[in-house]
Amino acid sequence: MNTPELKLGMNRTGAQMSPLDTEKQLEATRLFPADVTADGVQLLEERQQAIIDADTVGSVPVPGSVKGMLKSALDKLRGNHPEVLVDKLGERLAFERTGVRLYDAMIVKASAAPGGNLELAETLRQIQREELEHMELVRHAIETLGADPTSMTPCADVAGVKATGVLQVLTDPRTTVSQCLNALLTIELEDNDAWELLIELTRHAGHPLIAKEFQHALEQEEKHLSIVREQLHANLMAQVS
Amino acid sequence: MTTTLPNLLDNKGTPLDKQLFTWKEMAGKPISKLDDDAFTRVRVILMNGVESDALRLKHFGARFHKELQAPLALVRRAEQHQMTMVNWMLSADHSPLETTVAYEQVAIEVTAAVAQTEPDPYQAQTYRFGLLEDFDHLYRYSAMLDRLEGKDANNILQGYTDIVPGRPTSEHHRAPSDDLRDNYQKDSAALITKIHAALITGAEYQTHDYYMNIGPTFADPVARALYAEIASVEEQHVTQYGSLQDPSETFMEKWLVHEAMEVYTYASCAEQEENPRIKAMWERFLDYELGHFNLACELFKKHERRDPAEILSGDLPTMIAFKSQRDFVRETLSREVDLRAHGIDYVSKENESRASLEYRSQLNVDGVPAMAVSAGYTWKPGTELNRKA
Repeated sequence: MNTPELKLGMNRTGAQMSPLDTEKQLEATRLFPADVTADGVQLLEERQQAIIDADTVGSVPVPGSVKGMLKSALDKLRGNHPEVLVDKLGERLAFERTGVRLYDAMIVKASAAPGGNLELAETLRQIQREELEHMELVRHAIETLGADPTSMTPCADVAGVKATGVLQVLTDPRTTVSQCLNALLTIELEDNDAWELLIELTRHAGHPLIAKEFQHALEQEEKHLSIVREQLHANLMAQVS
Repeated sequence: MTTTLPNLLDNKGTPLDKQLFTWKEMAGKPISKLDDDAFTRVRVILMNGVESDALRLKHFGARFHKELQAPLALVRRAEQHQMTMVNWMLSADHSPLETTVAYEQVAIEVTAAVAQTEPDPYQAQTYRFGLLEDFDHLYRYSAMLDRLEGKDANNILQGYTDIVPGRPTSEHHRAPSDDLRDNYQKDSAALITKIHAALITGAEYQTHDYYMNIGPTFADPVARALYAEIASVEEQHVTQYGSLQDPSETFMEKWLVHEAMEVYTYASCAEQEENPRIKAMWERFLDYELGHFNLACELFKKHERRDPAEILSGDLPTMIAFKSQRDFVRETLSREVDLRAHGIDYVSKENESRASLEYRSQLNVDGVPAMAVSAGYTWKPGTELNRKA
């Protein structure tokens, strides 16, 4: 591809589109100035107070099996706070599960949008299969620890909130392949760091076998990141060459 | 296909059984937030409000009139789908706060247009009074958009509307009795007066409902509080504008007026729309509304045994002017920002009712969200962070 995905056109959002109106708007700010003194600090102070008063989004679910309850009780006795690991595992599970859906959207985009191609779609399918494997891996780890992989932990909930922007970009029929690759890049960048951290947490919690399994996922995620980066780079360079 | 209304009763429009939709066209291609004119979005939001009020009125009518339930259900089904097709024109890249800024632009520009063509001086005063409050909401929400999302409200407003304080939101909160207004007299009021009251009430109603729905979706505590505060004012506005209508009108009379209003507003949209795809939609729905209008007229003759011309006499003015009303708004702001309400009367600031002052001081005792968000806010092209502007 050597044509840009987007063209010059009648974008009406900028002040330069209507300089006379802009001048009148600026005149209005002189005629009718701010009526509340002070500055944006008041807003920040309100936020600060709300943080002090706030509850959390929720709690880490208590492990459902007796075995799990005993295990977490033992870990707590050792000062390991297993709820931290359970929460982060729940987050990883949710992230990878959403990731499979994000790749659903990206594969369709790569197949149908200008600038996409079947080769890219196939590459994305391979990544998607691995994301699904990672999801299974985390689910298994959660079950091994006696926790409930169907619950939504607090970090899983927040990860879902975070992913909504990427989801909106990928599923909007109007977005381009490069816009979507860019959105995926944020996901893969985070995914890499998250697996690294999870491996360390798992080891620290005394689960070296699980940590070892996770190592393989991390290696695959490093490849995902590199592929998405390269695809984005190639797409944009092709547009300007 | 005409977009003028020399005689509402002459044009039969599209029969109800021909008003058909598919899911695909209802959830069709949206407008462009970046490339479409701001007034295309203004019309989309306005007509969504009109259709939602059309449903509301008919549901209430159906609760009181068994004999009308079937035809009302028939018309509502078409209007539900019209509303869907209209509202789904808003593209997904509008954040709720950006859509909010657009809602306030609708309230300002349409109310200002209405205030200038309204022949009844008291009703026109009411529109100007409410206008200055929605104008202030735009300023507070613009500050919120800038300070929360780092976005310039003018990307939505496109230079048509000023972003400065109006009557301060902190002073909009009034005792319920000070939100009621005197109503028009149905036998002497001009048709356009009835149409205006139905139109602006519907528009404010949807604004209230929108804020009530999206307010809790914000994480930011100040945004949540701001929506709570302004949604309360919008409820006052629904009270205010709703009371402009004559309560002695029968349900059928109100239905006829509402259908005439829908015809008039779709015709206004069709006349001024620049986007050919959207213009075709306005024209199509204008014909649909004429179909609804004619059905309502037939039912009026049948059930009330009266001539609809009794309700609908009088000329309609020119179409609603979808354009920047900057000069009118500024003039109104300069002259009337200190007006307050005392019962149904407009009074100077010093003569505001004790009931409203007490009500307000209690509500505001722990702080005013609209003030917290906009303290020291001066709009600049490219947001207040743009030091070059």
